[in-house]
Amino acid sequence: MTQLPVPLENYLILAGILFVLGVVGVIVRRNAIIILMSVELMLNASNLLLLVFARIYNDIGGQAMVFFVLTVAAAEAAVGLAILVSVYRRKGSINVDGLNVLKG
Amino acid sequence: MLNVIVFWVAAFAAVSAAIRVITIRNPITCVLHLIVTLIALAVIFLQLSAEFIALLQVIIYAGAIMVLFLFIVMLLNLKRDEFEPNPLRGIRVVGLLVGASLLAEFAVIFAGTDASLQPASAGFGSVESVGRAFFGDYLFAFELTSILLLAAALAVVVIAKERKLVHLEES
Repeated sequence: MTQLPVPLENYLILAGILFVLGVVGVIVRRNAIIILMSVELMLNASNLLLLVFARIYNDIGGQAMVFFVLTVAAAEAAVGLAILVSVYRRKGSINVDGLNVLKG
Repeated sequence: MLNVIVFWVAAFAAVSAAIRVITIRNPITCVLHLIVTLIALAVIFLQLSAEFIALLQVIIYAGAIMVLFLFIVMLLNLKRDEFEPNPLRGIRVVGLLVGASLLAEFAVIFAGTDASLQPASAGFGSVESVGRAFFGDYLFAFELTSILLLAAALAVVVIAKERKLVHLEES
């Protein structure tokens, strides 16, 4: 496949929309699990951009970078959710408005 | 022609499911919609001749990471009124403003993109080509990811462990 099915800008705009949705989710939502999911959404938008430009410049390094982003996302989700479980045990809620002390 | 239809269907599915992720109150429904977004993105990855990454997206992201989210949502077992106990009204306006300005910024940046498409080399995006990149140019980073995952696993065990509320000085 030497030609992309739709113009390049469409992929970029799709990635932009997904990233913006992730940002809005982080700002608007109060549930910590959904905030983490919005972060995953942003990571996926950046993955899409990396793949688009890997394809444009015919450079496999972009795809390797996506793999590293995937690894970091897995680690981030695991640690973030562990923190949420710990917070829930302590406070009985995962509403981020209630998290105002650093000391456990 | 078929490729164009596939792109638009996948893009529409991804964006509409992503909108539901940030608007629906029930966390389990949000996780399921995020899975829809991830699988639709995997279809688009296939169009960008990234077969291996699309595979990883379905297996690791939609399979493993999202199951982890689902598991935690069910473990915490939130009551309906604990989903979003205290929605702030002003924060929605702020979110919409930030989102709109960011989208405008992206539009300005992407409108100026002028990259000509290079023809993809044979086998671009296959397991073999990505594997050669991992064990060639990116060998050090690839090995570092194993340390990252080990550190994350240890951190999860330490953080989520049930601790007795006794300080060291008192014991």
